[in-house]
Amino acid sequence: MKALLVRDLMLAIRAGGGFGLGLSFFLIVTVLVPFGVGPQTELLSRIAPGILWIGALLACLLSLDRILALDWEDGSLDLLATAPLPMEGIVSIKALAHWITTGLPLVLAAPVLGVLLSLPIPAYQWVVISLAVGTPALSVIGTFGAALTVGIKRGGLLMSLLVLPLYVPTLIFGAEVARRGAEGLTVQAPLLLLAGISFGVIALLPFASAAVLRINLR
Amino acid sequence: MKLSVRDLAVTRGGLAILEGVSFDLAPGEALVLRGPNGIGKTTLLRSVAGLQPPETGSVTGAEDQIAYAAHSDGLKAMLSVTENLRFWASVFGLSEIDAALVAFDLTSLRNRMAGTLSAGQKRRLGLARLVVTGRPIWVLDEPTVSLDVASVALFAEAVRGHLKSGGSALMATHIDLGLTEARVLDLTPFRAKPRTRQMDEAFL
Repeated sequence: MKALLVRDLMLAIRAGGGFGLGLSFFLIVTVLVPFGVGPQTELLSRIAPGILWIGALLACLLSLDRILALDWEDGSLDLLATAPLPMEGIVSIKALAHWITTGLPLVLAAPVLGVLLSLPIPAYQWVVISLAVGTPALSVIGTFGAALTVGIKRGGLLMSLLVLPLYVPTLIFGAEVARRGAEGLTVQAPLLLLAGISFGVIALLPFASAAVLRINLR
Repeated sequence: MKLSVRDLAVTRGGLAILEGVSFDLAPGEALVLRGPNGIGKTTLLRSVAGLQPPETGSVTGAEDQIAYAAHSDGLKAMLSVTENLRFWASVFGLSEIDAALVAFDLTSLRNRMAGTLSAGQKRRLGLARLVVTGRPIWVLDEPTVSLDVASVALFAEAVRGHLKSGGSALMATHIDLGLTEARVLDLTPFRAKPRTRQMDEAFL
């Protein structure tokens, strides 16, 4: 298990794309939005929490098809399936590696990029907390989507269609935590729901991902 | 542990291709599967390796015993030869890779990136992976593709060493490896009779 995680992280660093892709997309979105909205700081700071969340979600989506497709193409997935690792463990590690290479950099970059969107001061901590709690769910749900579409040529579009609706609850509660934080309201309810979604998918979805992966490997 | 396959029927793309296949493979034995293209050698090997459930019949003695090598080698281009082997060794709970490097003459290539190897060198690395798994039953699908004569000899030597140490090998290959002790099973007589397709397969 540890070997698989180390290998995936090493590949992400060496092959470039892993760390850089999602992060640079996130950067581009947050740089472009102020130009699109125009010089209205008040409006910008009102939409900033939502923009940061949508940017993070799309940046996550961008790298999902790499989670399993690369291992499928070079045959490693077949070989891993015959290895003494449980399939549930393999997909969990894959999701964890994806979170470390995509979700975690986004969490760390969000406060820096918040400056560009003139994010209100009280919102900074809640944007970081909500992303830290919510992005693991994005990686785990994304791994499920990747498992569903593994082996389909150009499965990326199909995967986006399957995964985006599943991302909606995470987005709603994540952005709600950030918005309420920005307005100085209590964030307890949406934060608990967001954490509930994350823990729920982390506990349950690997079983579904492993099951569809076994079927797709036939 | 003896691998035994009883009355196995396998399907590819929902169509039955082989049926009634039975054989035993005891430790120290090698079995070569032969038959024309499309007869179902790969599908049979995938069933034995547990990647694909058989239509009917049973495979016993395969649980956690099999090292599978398919057409693709499962190598990462951005990792070096040693890193690739180390990874597979640790997935199987081992760490020793030097013997495998020597057996497949990869010692001089050990620090090269796998992506810069030639097709034959990649294949040798893919086969060296079998050694580092420490699994007793090797299931090999066309192991000699893109190997030259010298490398085929290296491979035959590795298989012989594996058999001597109590392992066994099941392989689909067209060329003669010079393994005189290997039994040959021709799959042509087991070709499935045409029959109507079961409807529920479309939903699984």
